[in-house]
Amino acid sequence: MNQPEPIELRIRARSGWLWLDWRGLVAYRDLIVLLVRRDYVSKYKQTILGPAWAVVTPIVTALVFGFVFGRVLGVQTDGVPPSLFYLGGLLGWNYFNQTLTATSNTLRGNYAIFSKVYFPRLVTPLATALSNLLSSGVQLITFAAIYAVIIGANAGITARPSWAALALPLLFLHLAALALGGGLLLSAVTAKYRDFQQVAPFFLNLLLYVTPVIYPLSQIPEKWRWLAAINPVAPVIEAFRAALLGTSSFDPAYYALSVAVSAAVLVIGVGYYQRLARDFVDYA
Amino acid sequence: MSRPIIEVSGLSKRYALGEIGFSSFREETQRWINRWRGRESESDKAAATEREFWALRDVSFSINPGEVIGIIGRNGAGKSTLLKILSRITEPTSGEAVLRGRVASLLEVGTGFHPELSGRENIFLNGAILGMKRPEIAAKFDEIVAFAEIEKFIDTPVKRYSSGMYVKLAFAVAAHLEPEILIIDEVLAVGDAQFQRKCIGRMQTIANSEGRTVLFVSHAMTTIRRLCQRCIVLEGGRLRGVYPSEEAIEHYNRDVGATELDVETDALPRAWGSTGEEARLIRIQAGDGRGLFFGEPLTLTFTVRVRSLIDAGMIGIAFNTVEGSRVMTLDSDANGETLRLAPGLHTVTLSLPSLPLSPGRYYCHAAIGQGQHMCDVIDNFALWEIHAGGRNDWESDRAFGGCRLRASVTHQVVAL
Repeated sequence: MNQPEPIELRIRARSGWLWLDWRGLVAYRDLIVLLVRRDYVSKYKQTILGPAWAVVTPIVTALVFGFVFGRVLGVQTDGVPPSLFYLGGLLGWNYFNQTLTATSNTLRGNYAIFSKVYFPRLVTPLATALSNLLSSGVQLITFAAIYAVIIGANAGITARPSWAALALPLLFLHLAALALGGGLLLSAVTAKYRDFQQVAPFFLNLLLYVTPVIYPLSQIPEKWRWLAAINPVAPVIEAFRAALLGTSSFDPAYYALSVAVSAAVLVIGVGYYQRLARDFVDYA
Repeated sequence: MSRPIIEVSGLSKRYALGEIGFSSFREETQRWINRWRGRESESDKAAATEREFWALRDVSFSINPGEVIGIIGRNGAGKSTLLKILSRITEPTSGEAVLRGRVASLLEVGTGFHPELSGRENIFLNGAILGMKRPEIAAKFDEIVAFAEIEKFIDTPVKRYSSGMYVKLAFAVAAHLEPEILIIDEVLAVGDAQFQRKCIGRMQTIANSEGRTVLFVSHAMTTIRRLCQRCIVLEGGRLRGVYPSEEAIEHYNRDVGATELDVETDALPRAWGSTGEEARLIRIQAGDGRGLFFGEPLTLTFTVRVRSLIDAGMIGIAFNTVEGSRVMTLDSDANGETLRLAPGLHTVTLSLPSLPLSPGRYYCHAAIGQGQHMCDVIDNFALWEIHAGGRNDWESDRAFGGCRLRASVTHQVVAL
């Protein structure tokens, strides 16, 4: 009589692209939590300000943007105080930027671990996306505090959060999907062809300028606006501002397009990443 | 009899040699375009097969629950590839392996340790990486800490640990895994001698505990002999067979071919950063070329080229077992007399009336030195076979252990 054997693992060459080890991911949820914690601790250990760094950098960036783009170049900010305008835009952009940059190094950065032990390879990028969410949370609280101070000092300002602010988690989820998809795709491509190592930082630099972070979408002439809107990050950043500051440049059609593009990027990115992660230790 | 816990059938792994992996994007695109236009040339294909290398070819075996199995073979026999596939680090090219049970593999100790985290945090992180759940780790936590002997430093970041402490902690976590199948690559030899004994003891406990199946790769035949009942012998990527350990070790030893007794050592690589500038061993001969026999006289002749005067020199040779323990050293200065070697060519001879090493194969190392300074050190210059003796040998056939010396015997009757 056979004893009950709940687990049977078959190891063979697979050919499919879209195979997700859901059970494995659930089984390793503790590892995801511990990796988030590791990221957090190792980032801020032996720093004086600690997690306050997550607050300081966006504030300083917003101040510099406010000076350069608001004062020097005279960019309009949809009638919102510049500091709030930039902070609101950076909230979404920073999350996207940091998550994509970090996950685009998943395979090469984790080679030492991946070549010695198996766990579902999506564990590490998911942990990265989550740990960046923590610092975005801190930034959101900062945003709220600064908002309160500015509104308190000048009651005439009309910028108000809308009910859409309740959808912020969905917006973050949207950015996470897009950043993970893009990051994993880059990570897989870089593991195979080193040429692409140069691409991620360069690409993100350019993307910042074609995304309405430092200017409102309304500043783009009407006939070119579609160009900015096919960039899937743009509608999300606009949505962030619409939710937090009640600006009115949110366009549902562009947003729907962005959702579709993001979903496609996520599927392709995760698929290609998983395909490569299966034997990438062989050529690294 | 239950079903085998591990069933491997026709497992193969092909690697492409050369720069295939990190090919540049341009080359790959070119290849795609060619293929798409249906113009993949014959020479491209031929070149591709030429650069292929089968690290594992058509390997099949099955293992029953509770067995402790060694995997042995020379370097490049495919041991690591087999472990990597069974640990799911890489995929096979063809074939299949079925594992019926929870698997944990230890190809390294301390995978994923983070220097900034404390010992406590690293225990949890490393445990989770190895596949343990949080409550499991928590339940074993005290045991792990006690095993690693680091109670006092448990909340110190591991970057402040000595390398010994680090390794002990890492092994302790690994040793407390409780999967049904445990895959281990020579990670045993960690820490000081005392801790190593503790590690091996722990491995024996793991191996003997009920229902645990262990796959164990090692070059250390002593450990293999002690832990494993059967061994998988691999050779050049193919399965040579699965034998009882003693028989497997014999096969292995036969694979590691022995060298001649007259060795030109001038061109061999040097160890320990010794240069062989002042004095250099250029030839080492043993006996008269007839072979080395237990219990018979041994004569070793060293030819040395000396460039600058060696005032108080010594020449030595050491014999290591295949498992790596040093069982005999002969030094020219053991009787208190040093050698004075002027620039030029010399031969130095060391002799023993009776060779005491048990029949078997020994890796030999030789050195010339002056005081603490080593002028020339050659590790593993030969693998010499010592045969069971001729006329005088009535004892080697029952020899266990590395050396067998003849003690003088006195016998007194105390009472009858």
